[in-house]
Amino acid sequence: MSAKIESNIATDETVIEMRNVNKWYGSFHVLKDINLTVAKGERIVICGPSGSGKSTMIRCINHLEEHQEGEITVNGTRLDENLKNITHIRREVGMVFQQFNLFPHMTILDNLCFAPVWARNMPRAEAEETALRYLERVGIGEQKNKYPGQLSGGQQQRVAIARALCMSPSIMLFDEPTSALDPEMIKEVLDVMIELAETGMTMLCVTHEMSFARSVADRVIFMDEGEIVEENAPAAFFDSPRMDRTQKFLSQILSH
Amino acid sequence: MQSRTVTFHASPPRPAPVNQTNAIGWMRRNLFGGWKDTAITLVLLAILLSFVPDLIQWLFLNATYQGDDDVCRQNGGACWPFIIEKFQVLMIGVYPQDLSWRPAVSALALMGLAALTYSGRIRGVTLIAAWAILPIFALIMIGGAFGMQKVDQSVWGGLMLSIMLALVGVIVSIPLGVLLALGRHYGSPTVKVLCVTFIELLRGVPLITILFMASVMMPLFLPPELVINNLLRIQIGMILFSSAYMAEVVRGGLQAIPKGQTEASLSLGVTPARTIAFVVVPQALRHVLPPLIGRCIALFKDTSLVIIVGLLDFLGMVKGAALDTDWLGFQAEAYVFAAFVYWLICYSLSLYGRRLEQRGPSAHT
Ligand SMILES: Nc1ncnc2c1ncn2[C@@H]1O[C@H](COP(=O)(O)OP(=O)(O)OP(=O)(O)O)[C@@H](O)[C@H]1O
Ligand SMILES: [Mg+2]
Repeated sequence: MSAKIESNIATDETVIEMRNVNKWYGSFHVLKDINLTVAKGERIVICGPSGSGKSTMIRCINHLEEHQEGEITVNGTRLDENLKNITHIRREVGMVFQQFNLFPHMTILDNLCFAPVWARNMPRAEAEETALRYLERVGIGEQKNKYPGQLSGGQQQRVAIARALCMSPSIMLFDEPTSALDPEMIKEVLDVMIELAETGMTMLCVTHEMSFARSVADRVIFMDEGEIVEENAPAAFFDSPRMDRTQKFLSQILSH
Repeated sequence: MQSRTVTFHASPPRPAPVNQTNAIGWMRRNLFGGWKDTAITLVLLAILLSFVPDLIQWLFLNATYQGDDDVCRQNGGACWPFIIEKFQVLMIGVYPQDLSWRPAVSALALMGLAALTYSGRIRGVTLIAAWAILPIFALIMIGGAFGMQKVDQSVWGGLMLSIMLALVGVIVSIPLGVLLALGRHYGSPTVKVLCVTFIELLRGVPLITILFMASVMMPLFLPPELVINNLLRIQIGMILFSSAYMAEVVRGGLQAIPKGQTEASLSLGVTPARTIAFVVVPQALRHVLPPLIGRCIALFKDTSLVIIVGLLDFLGMVKGAALDTDWLGFQAEAYVFAAFVYWLICYSLSLYGRRLEQRGPSAHT
């Protein structure tokens, strides 16, 4: 993968703040005292073994999961029960899922225009213009009138990224965006993500693509058993992890 | 060490093997494939031969196509002049003859919209609006309004009335069913209990009891100024009955939508209500199109029960015609014709539904 991408962090501006966040599924303590501060333009990669709570943590940021204790503030808005606040935050936070989750009953173009029209009240013509621009950017311009089921996995995931970008979010969350893809398609999705990183987007990526983490991340976070075990700049994280748990995990994923 | 690479050439594609099926080959494989298949085929053939020739004799060969009842009796076969003479009354009852173009226009509108829907030329909101307006248009045409001569509901009858009851029933009960299903699926505990109670109550009684209640009991309990006419009461009864079944069909569709679909929409900042309206419900309805069409067909057949509460629908008119003293002894023709018309409409609906299903984006996934 390409050389390290230049950092865009504006250290004086915090866009996400999680303070002592706790969450339980029934009696199962899935997030334990999570504290995380993300600066504008920062690119964070989150890794950790299966079931460690990575998805749950980033899904709390746009309230797809509800936390029970602690505080989450996004772009200055505090997440609480208020649906207005939740919807407001969701419009500024894009999310890309492992399973793409495109709307199968809409064309690619309609998938992209849906949220701008119905969540931002954007006129249809303007929404289409934006949509086409992003589709070109992720390299799927000619497919706009197809249905998601007619595209390959890699193409679908690129459409999903474009769909999130159409809402002009200031933060993007990725939950294992390449895990459901064949090896041949992983690169085309990662390339789009790298390009996005170069534009200065604030990104939180759950991924096990370690070369992506090395070249893109400003910070790597390692989670286990619902806790943030260790965080560091990628070079230090990979070359000299402080915790034995991290070492063990790294040796496992780097060995195959 | 340098390894030599060899250029890869894809093999040229070959045409698929030619399909060798012809009629005889097909029969040999499917009808006489082994001694069991052969036995079944022969038994079925024997059963068919035992009555089909007689049936054809009666229906067509010995049938009378012109003349009066005396000619019919002489020929012995089916008496089609009887059906021809009664045709109008079977179709529109005692609706004024000089205004019969109005139900005809309504029927054309119905078929036109069905064709437009099938062609896919209108979709989305326009499509829903068109189907919502159709029954209103038909009611205005048939009942008369805006200066058109009024035709009292007491003379609405025949196939026109059956189709009207089914059409209004389907078009109102589908959205009601969707609401009930959403209430049951997403509602607060109170809403859930209300929806479940309503659905299970209506599914627990036969339609005929609901029709009796609507026709006979409702006027007893309602204050006189609230008593609406019999036809409307029966229509409401049918709608409520049908919506309970539609709700259960739609619920199956709601359960089939993966959670990721709602999550994707919510994560884009689309409100929960709009997510349900534009992401969940359209997909759910598409999933359950076959059983939904099945319910429409069932409702159309169920309209034949209104004869019991005194409406003269198609079957009512058929029964009346069979008792006509000018044409005594031709009941069989009347009921054969009734069965044929019901079959024709239901089978067309079923075919139409199957075609609709094959089109549309869900076919691609
Ligand atoms: N809806 C739920 N109800 C109960 N338990 C859940 C639920 N969702 C997740 N969990 C549990 O919470 C834990 C954390 O799940 P999460 O999906 O956040 O893990 P993850 O780190 O993303 O794992 P993976 O790498 O497999 O995606 C897991 O043990 C999981 O079984
Ligand atoms: Mg996960």
